[in-house]
Amino acid sequence: MMSSDFVVFRAGVALVLMCSFYKSTEDPLPELSPQQYFSTLQPGKASLAYFCQVGSLSNSLFLEELKEAIRPLQDYGISVSKVNCVKEEASRYCGKEEALMKAYLFRGNILLREFPTDTLFDVNAIVAHVLFALLFNEVKYVTTLEDLHSIENSLKGKANMIFSYVEAIGTPEHRAVMEAAFVYGTSYQFALTTEFALLENIGSENIDRAHLYFFHCKVVLDLTEHCRTTQMEQPLTTLNIHVFVKTMKAPLLTEVAEDPQQVSTIHLQLGLPLVFIISQQATYEADRRTAEWVAWRLLGKAGVLLLSRDSVDMDIPQHANVAFRRAEKEVPVEFLVLNDVDLIVSYVENNMYIEEIQEDEDGVQKGPDLAIQDDEVAETVYRDRKRPLPLELTVELTQETFNSTVTTSDSLVLFYATWHAVSMAFLQSYIDVAIKLKGTSTILLTRINCADWSDVCSKQNVTAFPAVKLYKEGESPVSYEGMLGTKDLLKFVQLNRISCPVNIASIQEAEKYLCGELYKDLLSFTSVSVLGLFSPAMTSAKEHFREVGKQLRGSVITGVYSEDDVWILSNKYAAPLPAMLLARPREGRIESVPLATAPVQEMVQILANAPLEAFPEITVENLPAYLRLQRPLLILFSDGSINPQYRNTTLALVRQKQLDSFTPCWLNLKNTPVGRGILKAYFGHLPPLPQLLLVNLHSGGQVYAFPSAQSITEQNLILWLKKLEAGLENPITILSDQEWKPPLPAFDFLSMMDAPTSQAPTKKVEECMKEAEGQETAEQPQGGKSATRRLPTEMLRIKHWNRSNWPKEAAEEPSQLHREL
Amino acid sequence: MGPLGLLLALAMHLAVCTRPHRDYCVLGAGPAGLQMAALLQRAGRDYEVFERESAPGSFFTRYPRHRKLISINKRHTGKANAEFNLRHDWNSLLSDDPRLLFRHYSKAYFPDASDMVHYLGDFAKCLGLRVLYNTNITHVTLDKDPQAWNGHYFILTDQNGQAYQCSVLLVATGLSVPKLVDFPGSEHVEGYESVSVDPEDFVGQNVLILGRGNSAFETAENILGVTNFVHMLSRSRVRLSWATHYVGDVRAINNGLLDTYQLKSLDGLLESDLEYLALVKDSKGKLHITLKFLLEENNSSQSADSIPLPQDENDNFAMRVAYDRVIRCLGWKFDFSIFNQSLRLSSGTEFSKKYPLIRASYESKGSRGLFILGTASHSVDYRKSAGGFIHGFRYTVRAVHRLLEHRHHGIAWPSTEHPITQLTSSIIRRVNEASGLYQMFSVLADIILLKENATAFEYLEEFPMQMLAQLETLTGRTARHGLFVINMEYGKNFSGPEKDVFYYDRSVAHIEDAWRSNFLHPVIYFYRHLPTEQDMRFRPAQWPLPRPVAVHHIVEDFLTDWTAPVGHILPLRRFLENCLDTDLRSFYAESCFLFTLTRQRLPPFCQQGYLKMQGVSSTKSLRQHGVESRLLQDYTTMEDSNLWLGDQPSAPGPLTQSLDSNKEEL
Repeated sequence: MMSSDFVVFRAGVALVLMCSFYKSTEDPLPELSPQQYFSTLQPGKASLAYFCQVGSLSNSLFLEELKEAIRPLQDYGISVSKVNCVKEEASRYCGKEEALMKAYLFRGNILLREFPTDTLFDVNAIVAHVLFALLFNEVKYVTTLEDLHSIENSLKGKANMIFSYVEAIGTPEHRAVMEAAFVYGTSYQFALTTEFALLENIGSENIDRAHLYFFHCKVVLDLTEHCRTTQMEQPLTTLNIHVFVKTMKAPLLTEVAEDPQQVSTIHLQLGLPLVFIISQQATYEADRRTAEWVAWRLLGKAGVLLLSRDSVDMDIPQHANVAFRRAEKEVPVEFLVLNDVDLIVSYVENNMYIEEIQEDEDGVQKGPDLAIQDDEVAETVYRDRKRPLPLELTVELTQETFNSTVTTSDSLVLFYATWHAVSMAFLQSYIDVAIKLKGTSTILLTRINCADWSDVCSKQNVTAFPAVKLYKEGESPVSYEGMLGTKDLLKFVQLNRISCPVNIASIQEAEKYLCGELYKDLLSFTSVSVLGLFSPAMTSAKEHFREVGKQLRGSVITGVYSEDDVWILSNKYAAPLPAMLLARPREGRIESVPLATAPVQEMVQILANAPLEAFPEITVENLPAYLRLQRPLLILFSDGSINPQYRNTTLALVRQKQLDSFTPCWLNLKNTPVGRGILKAYFGHLPPLPQLLLVNLHSGGQVYAFPSAQSITEQNLILWLKKLEAGLENPITILSDQEWKPPLPAFDFLSMMDAPTSQAPTKKVEECMKEAEGQETAEQPQGGKSATRRLPTEMLRIKHWNRSNWPKEAAEEPSQLHREL
Repeated sequence: MGPLGLLLALAMHLAVCTRPHRDYCVLGAGPAGLQMAALLQRAGRDYEVFERESAPGSFFTRYPRHRKLISINKRHTGKANAEFNLRHDWNSLLSDDPRLLFRHYSKAYFPDASDMVHYLGDFAKCLGLRVLYNTNITHVTLDKDPQAWNGHYFILTDQNGQAYQCSVLLVATGLSVPKLVDFPGSEHVEGYESVSVDPEDFVGQNVLILGRGNSAFETAENILGVTNFVHMLSRSRVRLSWATHYVGDVRAINNGLLDTYQLKSLDGLLESDLEYLALVKDSKGKLHITLKFLLEENNSSQSADSIPLPQDENDNFAMRVAYDRVIRCLGWKFDFSIFNQSLRLSSGTEFSKKYPLIRASYESKGSRGLFILGTASHSVDYRKSAGGFIHGFRYTVRAVHRLLEHRHHGIAWPSTEHPITQLTSSIIRRVNEASGLYQMFSVLADIILLKENATAFEYLEEFPMQMLAQLETLTGRTARHGLFVINMEYGKNFSGPEKDVFYYDRSVAHIEDAWRSNFLHPVIYFYRHLPTEQDMRFRPAQWPLPRPVAVHHIVEDFLTDWTAPVGHILPLRRFLENCLDTDLRSFYAESCFLFTLTRQRLPPFCQQGYLKMQGVSSTKSLRQHGVESRLLQDYTTMEDSNLWLGDQPSAPGPLTQSLDSNKEEL
């Protein structure tokens, strides 16, 4: 690697330059006579001189720009002067009339270049042109692909090249490249082009004003091979080029064996993040190759290091393969599981929200596109908007028809709004239910668009969409509170066909009810039938139970038996009155719960948990019900049906009350394919199946995997759980407890409004105001007469909403705002 | 005190005891009085309306003189939403009865004034409002009493000397006194309120109209075709409502004279201060314009023909022609005369002299419990919003009623509470349909009060935004955890009499330029704390509210339909997310399921929906779109063997191996 003191020194110059760059340069422009001027020239020193006639005023603009250029050129050891041509001291540079407009660049007293003043149109052009002339050898100007290739070939195995495209000579970008060349010209070969076509030839897309590439030619030994290139993605400014070149110079991959939090590289100093690829001895070679590949992809964006897991004395989560450290000091290292290079690269690119290097001069900041939809429901509904739905299967209600419909027939009403994405997604499921029930249901499926009939909706107490209510004759409407999907809604409709609770008339009927024969067709929707048993005198207990039944209508079926011979059932099921029987016809199990003291809310809770199974198959629909138990999930991932032996093992343990502190369950990947995504998140890849895991969702987020080498037996399982409890096992991963932050920033309209020139569109208006004859001063309190410049286009660009800053700004700026307004 | 005094005091005491008491007294059964009465009636309050004529809306029995109302009666909007349709119905009052909509009373776009009289009569009758007709309140005074709601009672006395005692006085008497002119010769001026409306009376005449409002133009419009010419004189330049976006300025329907003026058809507009004028009638009965100071210079001779005229000096003086008629059309002012000084009801500042001085809560600055409603309350938003007109003050009256319900009956400002996931859609719903926000833009605003940790919010509709600092005491709601204010605004420099509202490129299409929107559009302000009175007073010039922490503009829309998923809803959501520092996206149940099992925290949508067993299922077709858009993943086709760099030939070593071996070591 090259690192000469000289380069460092020159880089230092560039940085100093940056600091002085924005200061207004008040240096006076020395005015000399030709004789004075030539007498001051020192051998080897460059100087720029503008020869002009005394008293000529025509060039005041140019002189202003020239004055501005004094300071920057001085930093490169170039002096600037204005030479007044006086008659008695005729100099050939004073020349004729048209030649009055020229500036000359000398090294010592040798003329290097002459510039017509119109090429030096501003300070950028002056600096760019002067440096371009001085660095003639360091910066090769190329116009064809062949030129470029011949330079490239000549450098292979020797040196690297910095190639840039600028729109034109004398632009700010050109100046930035020349300033970089001044600093790095001895270390790298610079090449420059203004040919658009050349850039297309090397395969660039989206060509903007300027581009810069680093050609890694030094490492190329085979002359037939092309040099690898890295494109600089930031806008071309001196500072950005400096940072870019520095990162190119840094080693591609560094191997470290220390705490990632302690590592320091040039990248951090430059405000770039670090990516650690976590390796271990066994796979060192493969990991190193991976890391190199990542390093190439992230060159110029982040530093890449290879971290040896074995030699670091610290806790690295077991499955983490990548560590990410932001440039900000206070942010802790994140351990991640990222399973391919693309993921790592996109993770880094999405998390580079460091203080972006502020470039006042040309603040081109490419933010994320805020107008890209990242809401999956909104986007899918939008994409699906043109597909016609069989809406005719449901009755559309209006203000006129609503009341007459819901009072004359049992109706289910969907309240939705056509502009509301979640409503429209649910409308599809609603229509699916209508399709399934077509011609069979006694309940009328209707819908009302609250975007049109908001009055009707608010009268029904619907203020949020979507909402479903069931209107049954003589009863107050029931709100549907289940999943917004076909399956649960269908269940709700079906279970609501019978009254809730059902009055059971005889012992025989009660037995039929308990074994599931009474409502056979409903068996597929609910696993539990509840029967309340009361002696005829227990009116208040009965009322409470009815209340519970009403609350749960649509999710459980309930019945009441309260005849004189109720003691028969009470004795048979050992249920002292009042009691309820929870019958699971599918399992052939009936249990009794005494009701003596239970308040309504508690009964609701008992019944809501009643359908929970001892060893359920977890699905998207039922997971929340099991999560309410607040226990760690002992979950077996299975591709297809579960091994009956495992079921027996688990059920045996359940019966032995060994698993009371867990929720044993299993997941069928065939029914719940998203389980693959979960496994991938846990393991980083799809592990062999079946896989038994303990997921501690409610405290700590640890995920433990049952050793796949062992067979799942009662003993092994208990032993493993004991080991876990004793803290003898390491989690395979710890679930992230990151907060859900805004996915993207928002437009910061407040600071756009603050910009002093924000009143661009009023320009025309002000012109009119001069002609206004009225005296309506009160209508124009601010006058608005301050000179308004045209709005600079930067202001209209999207700026990052710097979240950490804006409240602070808000506190500081009101006074300023007053002034501006 | 002699026995006589004692007797008098006793008599007065008796009078006090016999005067009927009402909690609420409403003066005037015009649109504003009836609107308030309807609200009080619905709330079951003790109230009475006092009306001096025998039927409601007596103003409309006489005015406008030419009988055409310029408040639009748009009967078709292509939409069914009743609230939205009120945005384009400028005549109806608010009630629960859909039959009491003005469109059932007239088919005309600019309806006849007698239809309004008919409408108001029906409104009072159908709702059974308590109105005392033929009761002219001639005097209002205060009676201090610590027991009273406001520390005093309002004592109203009618033309028969009957007194009434009121806890709260709601003055909805409108502007009833014509504004007069007072200069030498002003006795020759006819008034709008009495001038003939028969064009036949103006045939072949030279007419000068003083004033430049809608009544002046309406009068001119009527006679334009039969006069020699009509000149119109006023202090200020003409203000066209389509340039100022203020419905009280000259409406296009009345601007015939502008057309003929600019098309060189003898009619014309002149600007001058009426105070300097004088009018002289010559022997033939013609009226000459001269200047006051010329009269004063030689006040000796009063013979009309010898009075110096401006054209003697300046022979091209514009108004050198003699007029047959001079008509005053200068509008009306509030009748202060019936209010005793103890009420301290004073007139407003220079620009709203014709209105009584009130707070943004419509309560008089002079006496607590005295509210000004309707047209007379327009000082709050004079020349800005619609508070002086039925379509505006029907909402400000409702706001006053809500304030009173809280102040005297402990009923907090109505609000709805929602989980935070409903935030975006609550705002979208309101900005798309709310009429009060739309009509009373920059006066009434919706307020969202965040609950602790921003997990839920309360939504308050149409609060008088200038009272924001007092929100907690006025509404009975608490604002401890930050708030949003939803307002509608025109572009900051778009409106004004001299503005070119048709300039090229006037509309903003790009969402990043939304803050430069010109046409009426929703603006949302975010505050971490309720602004203080200090903040309100020292807010930046031209800002309706103090500087917020962040502000969002929903880009103006040609159809005023702000429901575009990417153009309107998405930027709003991003704004709200960044204010609350959370993720407000919606997710399908399957995504929530994945998050639940792979993360310790859930986004609010999953937290408040899925976890409560109200997740949103996707359908096959939606899932497919989700996979295409890469927002959803198709897990059924997920590769079994992991492809760590599988497609990168240069780096074959899969890291998976290391992880696998890692596990085996355990």
